[in-house]
Amino acid sequence: MKEASPAKAYALHLGVIVLLFALSFVLPEYHHGLLARIMVLAVFAMGYNMLFGYVGLLSLGHAMFFSAGLYGAGLAVIHLGWSVPAAFAAGLACGALLALVIGVLALRTSGVAFMIVTMMFAQVFYLIILYFAAWTGGDQGLVVPQSARVLVLGDTSLGLTNPTVRYMSALVLFSIVLLVTLAVARSKYGRVLVAIRENEERTKMLGYDTFSNKLAAVVVSGTICAASGAAYALLFGYVGSTFASVQYSILPLLWVLLGGAATTLGPLIGTLFMYYVVDITSGYTSAYLLIVGIALILLVLFFPKGILGTIRQRWLGWLP
Amino acid sequence: MHFGPHLLLAALEGLVTSAVLALTALGLSLVFGVMRVVNVAHGEFFMLGAVLAWAISTAISGHPALGFLAALVLAPLIVGLIALVSERLVLRRLNYNPEATIVATIGMLYIIQQLALTFYGPEARPVEPPFSYRILLPWFGYSGYKLSIIAASALLLVATWFVLTRTKIGLVMRATQYDSETAQAFGIPVDRVYAGVFALGAMLAAVAAVLIVPISQAHYLMGQDPLLLSFIVVIIGGLGSLRGTVVAAVLIGLSDGIISVFFSPTLAKIIATLLVAMVLVFRPQGLFGTASR
Repeated sequence: MKEASPAKAYALHLGVIVLLFALSFVLPEYHHGLLARIMVLAVFAMGYNMLFGYVGLLSLGHAMFFSAGLYGAGLAVIHLGWSVPAAFAAGLACGALLALVIGVLALRTSGVAFMIVTMMFAQVFYLIILYFAAWTGGDQGLVVPQSARVLVLGDTSLGLTNPTVRYMSALVLFSIVLLVTLAVARSKYGRVLVAIRENEERTKMLGYDTFSNKLAAVVVSGTICAASGAAYALLFGYVGSTFASVQYSILPLLWVLLGGAATTLGPLIGTLFMYYVVDITSGYTSAYLLIVGIALILLVLFFPKGILGTIRQRWLGWLP
Repeated sequence: MHFGPHLLLAALEGLVTSAVLALTALGLSLVFGVMRVVNVAHGEFFMLGAVLAWAISTAISGHPALGFLAALVLAPLIVGLIALVSERLVLRRLNYNPEATIVATIGMLYIIQQLALTFYGPEARPVEPPFSYRILLPWFGYSGYKLSIIAASALLLVATWFVLTRTKIGLVMRATQYDSETAQAFGIPVDRVYAGVFALGAMLAAVAAVLIVPISQAHYLMGQDPLLLSFIVVIIGGLGSLRGTVVAAVLIGLSDGIISVFFSPTLAKIIATLLVAMVLVFRPQGLFGTASR
């Protein structure tokens, strides 16, 4: 990998953020709402990418971190009447704590066993949500009341149901996570993670504590996914067990694979592309899972590096 | 009903579950043991078996046993063929890379499930059992067909054991499992063995589904639970061990039957899944398996 000039990389990312900001004023209403949702879900994909792309750990259970944030924030508002910032923090805390516990356990395994263990923990989490239906609403889910979704900043109060506020909140979260990912990817810590992915034994021999580095990556990844979930609950006002099902562990994998693993902008591109493919095809057929399935197989067969991964390999070596 | 007969009924139901589970899990275990890949689409092969059994038995008029027998022969063959084609088109091209295979079989899972929904529909449909003889016990009557499932499954398990340990084909399979490169060097066509094992694994799941479909129903989402339970069985029993798989299937089937009679099924699933995850974390070779080489 060629050494990127930091100015070029940061300029590109700021450019993407400015573009998304500008789009807010020109997009028609429908796509405006869709893009807000995509940005929140892209945060989920970026969290997934942190572990899958950089550390090379393929988890099949990230839906539990997303839904830990979703339920942590949603239930705090619904049952405890917490304010929006407090609920968001609660969602983050739930995700971080869960990621810590799961990380300590699951990192004892590797490879295929890691995939199955994470899938099983996610399944347990999903079943627990169904079991405590009295509080979680079970498979019906719960609606976060509109009156509670108001962000009070000093004297002004912003209703998160307002499309512009919603879009801008999504953009702020997205931008922070994007820049954090970029900073981590370029930092010394990020290099250690990539070293673990490429050759764990050798990294260990060089004196790095690979277990605690991996554990930190699981916690960071889980917390970012929880941030996405918490934002989803607060911005779109719905928490439901579907978000904890296996399908929502597979989707971020698909988005990251499509956009390009271990690229900072790949998760956004993958999410954007897949969301629109599904949105357009669902106009013709209800079989959107068929598209997901075919996309997964074609990607692993012919396109394992994804869109940005291929571009980086062929043309733009400096792409972070 | 008193506690004793109630327990007997739960145990019988559990044994029926175990019988079907043992066959399904054996298919998954064989594929993992020989090919070292995890087939996430295994539950969908199970579902295809059941759906095809419905299609075949409704296409054949006359005595229900006739249609059922045709389904018992044809459905696994068709499923085996589908598995063979997908192995050739996808898994072989991935060079059986474990992680890429999981992603690809997840893709297969979605494709098969969605096609079943499109062509078969969202309804659950019953298949008539081949005979409806009831065995009268002192406390309750019990379906003779359910008992015959246990017998059929035991027969198939013994047959698989015989093929694996007493025939040339089994020897070739075991050699491939033990060390595929050396096997290749001794002239064993490893990639054909892989294709055969993948098809065989899918066929075992399909047979299990045909056996169970007269007492449950064919539905396009019915592959999810067998997949999870098979994972559990294979992990508890030790990956690739036939004896361990059967013992674990009986254990899981019986406890599932008994626990869900007395407790909430969701709670039973939570406890079972959590326990199995812990087994995988703290004893990855399974309860009966030996440490990996």
